[in-house]
This record gives sequence, C-alpha cells and structure tokens, in this order.
Amino acid sequence: MTIKSLGNPFDGDQSLIHKKDCGCSDCVTSTNPTKERAPAFAQQEQASADTIAQNGSSEDLLDRAIESAVVRSVFGHNDHSRRSFMKMVGAGSAAAMIGSVFPLAQAKAAAHEAMGQLEKTRLNVGFVPITCATPIIMADPLGFYEKYGLDVTVTKTAGWAVARDKSLAGEYDASHMLTPMPLAMSMGAGSTPEPYIMPAVENINGQAIVLHVDHKDKRDPKQWKGFKFGVPFEYSMHNFLLRYYLAENGIDPDTDVQIRVVPPPEMVANLRAGNLDGYLSPDPFNQRAVWEKVGFIHMLTKEIWEGHPCCAFACSQRFATENPNTYGALLRSILDATQYSNDYNNRFEIAEAIAPTNYLNQPVPVIQQVLTGRYADGLGNIMDEPNRIDFDPFPWHSMGVWILTQMKRWGYIEGDVDYRGIAEQVYLASDTGRIMREMGMEVPNETYKSHVIMGKTFDPATPEEYTRSFAIGRV
Amino acid sequence: MMSSLNVRAALLSISFLAALLGLWELSTQPPEAQESMTEYEILMGGAEQESRVPPPSAVLIRAWEELSNPFYDAGANDKGIGIQLAYSVYRVLAGYLAAMVIALPIGFLIGMSPLMYKAFNPYIQVLRPISPLAWMPLALFIIQDSDASAIFVIFICSIWPMLLNTAFGVANVRQDWINVARTHELSQIRTALTVILPAAAPTILTGMRISIGIAWLVIVAAEMLVGGTGIGYYVWNEWNNLDLTSVIFSILMIGLVGMVLDIALGKAQKLVEYTE
Repeated sequence: MTIKSLGNPFDGDQSLIHKKDCGCSDCVTSTNPTKERAPAFAQQEQASADTIAQNGSSEDLLDRAIESAVVRSVFGHNDHSRRSFMKMVGAGSAAAMIGSVFPLAQAKAAAHEAMGQLEKTRLNVGFVPITCATPIIMADPLGFYEKYGLDVTVTKTAGWAVARDKSLAGEYDASHMLTPMPLAMSMGAGSTPEPYIMPAVENINGQAIVLHVDHKDKRDPKQWKGFKFGVPFEYSMHNFLLRYYLAENGIDPDTDVQIRVVPPPEMVANLRAGNLDGYLSPDPFNQRAVWEKVGFIHMLTKEIWEGHPCCAFACSQRFATENPNTYGALLRSILDATQYSNDYNNRFEIAEAIAPTNYLNQPVPVIQQVLTGRYADGLGNIMDEPNRIDFDPFPWHSMGVWILTQMKRWGYIEGDVDYRGIAEQVYLASDTGRIMREMGMEVPNETYKSHVIMGKTFDPATPEEYTRSFAIGRV
Repeated sequence: MMSSLNVRAALLSISFLAALLGLWELSTQPPEAQESMTEYEILMGGAEQESRVPPPSAVLIRAWEELSNPFYDAGANDKGIGIQLAYSVYRVLAGYLAAMVIALPIGFLIGMSPLMYKAFNPYIQVLRPISPLAWMPLALFIIQDSDASAIFVIFICSIWPMLLNTAFGVANVRQDWINVARTHELSQIRTALTVILPAAAPTILTGMRISIGIAWLVIVAAEMLVGGTGIGYYVWNEWNNLDLTSVIFSILMIGLVGMVLDIALGKAQKLVEYTE
C-alpha cells in the first residue's frame, strides 16, 4: 500500500500529488529500487518503520485518508487551490470550517466501525500470576475478549524472563509485562532488540515493601545495611522504586544491600527460608506473606510515588502492524477490562473471578484484601487504602521518560539516551488516548506531566539533569 | 522358610510405614479452630496457616480428589493430573526416542572404531557434564518454541549415557566372537547386527535405563522453568499457591511414574540378558 498521498491535507506547504520527479523523502526512498538487493530490503523495512512513525498507526492513517478525501473534494481535487487556501487561513481554522459543514468526526468513527474484519481471532496472551495482571486475566472469565470477537487463551507464565522470551519467540501474540520491559526490549537491553509497543498500562500502585517478621523493630531503612532484598525482575518498577527508596534514605542499593531477582511466586518461600530479608514485589505475594505470618507490610509503594505505573500490556510492533484490526480489538477489550477493574464496586466480583487455579491460584481473602485495600498489615493493624491498587491504562510518556532516567542512573543503559524519542516510540499515549476517547473514557490532554516521587519533583522536560541530580547513582 | 521370611519382611516394612505416617499425622494436627475471630484475625487467615506441613490424611484426601477425576480440563492453566502426567511422559518419550535414534548408531561407530573414539571423545567429555537445564535459555532463543525446547533438553540429557554405554558395550565384545565371525567371512554389517549387537545389548539397555531415569528427573525441572503444562508445571503452580498438600501428592506421582518407566526398561533388559 502506498501511503505517500496521505500527507497532511491541512498543510499548505505539502503537496499531495507526488509527480514523477517529486523530491520528497517518501518518493525518493520508494522510487529508488536500483540499489543492491540486500540493503534495499533493510532500507525498505526502515522506510516502512519510518512512515509508521511519521504517520502513526493504521488507524491514524485511516483518519488521515478520510480528512484527505474530504479536503480534496472541497477543493475539487485541485491541489493548487487547496494549498493557497491553507496557507491563507491556516490549518486549524480550515479544519474547523470544514468540520462545521461536514461531520468529520462521525465519518472517522464510521470508518473505524466498518474496518472490523479481524485478521485472526485465536490469540495467545501471556500473564504472570499477580494481581497487576487483573485486567488481562479477568477479561477472560468475565467475557471481555469475547465481546470484541476474540478467542483469547491466557497462559500462565513462570516469570518475566520467560514471558519476554516467549513473546520474542512469537508464542504469545501479546503479553503482560512490566512497564520498563518494552523500553528495554526495544533498546535491546538484556535481550535481542525488537521493537515493542506498550499501548496500555495495566495497573498503578499495588506493590509493597515486605520485611521478614524478625525485622519488626527495624522500620528505619538506615538499619537495613546488609539486607538481602528480592525484586521480580531487573527491568521492573519494583527494582527502580526500591533503589530509589533506599538511595533517598542514604543506602546504596549496589553496595550496602544485595538486590536479587526472584520470580514473584517464589518470594514468600524465600522469605520464609530466610533467604531474603524483604522484598518489593507485586501482590498478592505481599499480602500472602502476611497471611502466612512470615512477613509484614512495611509500606505500600503508593507512599513512594502515588499513582506510579507498574505492569503493562505490550506486544511487538510487528503484531500490531500485521494485524491492525485484531490489535485494535484486543486493545479495546483490555481498555474496557481495565476501566471495569478501576470501579471499586466490581473488585469483590473480580477477586472471586481471578482466584481459581486457572488464574492466580490464591485464596480469595488474600486477593480481596489486595483489590479492596482493606487489609491486615501483619503488625496488628487493619488498614484502609481504597487505592492500594488502581487501574488506569493511559501510558504517560513522562512515565516512560522517568523509567529511562532510572535505567541510566543505575547503569542499565549507557551513553546518550533519546529519552523522549524512545518513550514516544514505545508508549503509544496518543493512539491509546484516541481509542479511549472513542470508548467514552476520560483522557488527559497532554502526554507529559511532572511527577512527585518522595517529595522530589520530576520534570520530564529535563531528564538528563534529573538523572544527574541524585547523590547516589552510577552516572 | 523363604516365604515366611518374605511375609515377615513385608509385615515389618508395612508396620514401619504405618508408624512413620502415624507419627507424622500426630505431629501435624491443625490448631483448634477459634470460635469467634476478630476482623484482623479473619484477614490474617486465622490460625489456619500455622501448621505448615500437611498431615498424611490431607494428602490422601487430595490424592483421592485428584485421582478420581484425573482428566478434567478447566482452562489452559488448570488441567487434571492425568493430563499433566501425559504431557510430561510425551515430552520425555519424544526427547528420549530422538536421543536413541542418534546415540545408538554413533555409539556403535565409536565403539567399533578406535579412531572415531579418539576423535569424538574430547567433545563428549566436554558436553556430557553440562547440566541439561543450562541449555534451556539457549534452546529457547534458538528453537523459539518452549515445548520443543523442553524436548530438546530431554534429548540432550538422555543422549550421553546411551552413547557411552553403547560405545563401551560394543568395544568390549569378546574378541573371540568377532574372530569367529571373521572366519565365517561375515560382512561388517552382518557382524555388527548378528554378533556385536546381541553381545552388547545388555550394556546398551543399561545405558538406556540410566537415560530414562535422568530424563524423568530433568523434565520436572524443565517444566517448572517454562511452565504451561506438565507435572513440573503442576508442582510450580501449587508451589505458587504454597499448597504443600498438592506438592507432596505430586511428588508421590512423580515417583510412581518414574518407577513405572524404570520397570519397563528393566523388563526389556531382562529380555536381552544372556549368560556365557
């Protein structure tokens, strides 16, 4: 499919004609097949990746096609008069003028409806059995996948490395991941590089620092020198939040304590065996440690960063471009399920639905305490934190930038980092925002905002300065 | 006299088991249920979690539940114990047969030719001690399929005992017998099939018996790693839930199936045994 005629129709400087001797970048790459065969192939791939980056997803292209058709017909397919008009009045007012007489938005929505035909309906989606995966899991028993015409098998996965490898191997069409993973995978940190996209965040908050019951008297992190901590994966919010928290308290996470990667299901067993002094892990394993009377909840991660992202719904760029409709339907079912999970009133029902062996395989009371936020902390108190875990799918670019700053800070990536470029390539905030809007959800107007983490403000406009602003770090 | 000894031995062994189980049962009695619990106690799960190792009666009840319905299928991640075991046995046999197809001819070749033996030996010695699970990340990366990777791991772990025992058995066939074959002017292939193979068969079968044992040991670990299906996944999934009753039950099942596999190879071994 050629998409070069889909330039912005509201741009007076851009021609939509592309004559034979056209010098624009699209025409130069696509009319030069004379070069050597092998590099040309790579180039083509590069070029198509570029056009996607420039023009957005297939749904953006569809929008553009409709705009283009409408604008062209208004000017009787005379590109010259279109361009001079656009230059005269400017794109915004032209769009408004046309919009006032022609229902552009409805035309776009109708086209999206009609585009329905799913490329494949049987999908394999991986998940790690933790409450962060709630939307992905509960979409199965509560019928959200079916609603969008999909037959999804959700497959339990033993850990993040396996989830990553099964995704890279194509066994999973999409998978539950940790928010830093698609960034790391796209950059090739810790695996072979493969462009991954993260259209939705699964959950916000919902993690906790758990300590062994023997450490009830050591509530001050300064007493934690020599501790052995568990985190679920290197490229995880858990790792970065624990490091952040320790470093803010003057403990160097690389030299003063030991941080080990332990798959979530093995956390409690290791804590009981004394192999770990504590961990920052996903629920239900925090609450499960309390239930088993081997640990207590030191603090919830929402106290470190209120509203931090944690887990993500991610798939390869290839899957999304090869199966745009299926991808759209899958994303819609996830967004729908996420919104359903966000409603506090549905939490009891969800806890019942995801507790059986087929999904989390945990006692219902444990899951309920996590999802409803009325829980025993293991120190004799009953706590009430309704937003202990919350579900908000919007993938803020600024969150991606923050994660990259921490990867740089702790030496997981080196050299110059194009923070915003990578975050925008992987976190599809504008795409997801548009679909959410279509589905009638509330969407913020911008994709960057500043976050406050332990009282320190992170400004996404100056990531490099932020990275270097810490007393403890590896830069 | 002989039979009475057997009877007495059986009685002793049964009463020993009964005493052991009785002791275990008594020492792991669940704490008494509290009459009324505060909300905090309910949220903590009461005293229920205090007794950690489940008593044998609980394991028996779980075994009855699982074995009375071994082939249920309640979704991709929840299948009956029968189905899980079948998956594991299938993987073991697939990897094992593939290893046999390769190990037996190569073992023959190495055993019959000292040159080949010297040429191959360094590689075998380097590859043999590698823990089969160490191959898993590489296999996942190259094969790009977790099921095939598990089978590959079985293949790689069961190939060495078969290969070495075959080579050893073939190399140690009595020279007299080969000389007799030579005086009868038998061709190389006929000598191999009618003289060396039967003579080396008991050693080869010993290698195969060792292999199946190792393969069964490894499949559990491999499935715990990749997940999805199989008895190893079952153990992992119940560990995930810290449900020791099910873990003990699955340990028993793993032992039973391993024993059946070993007995099968043992019977085959009997068939090819000979006395000189």
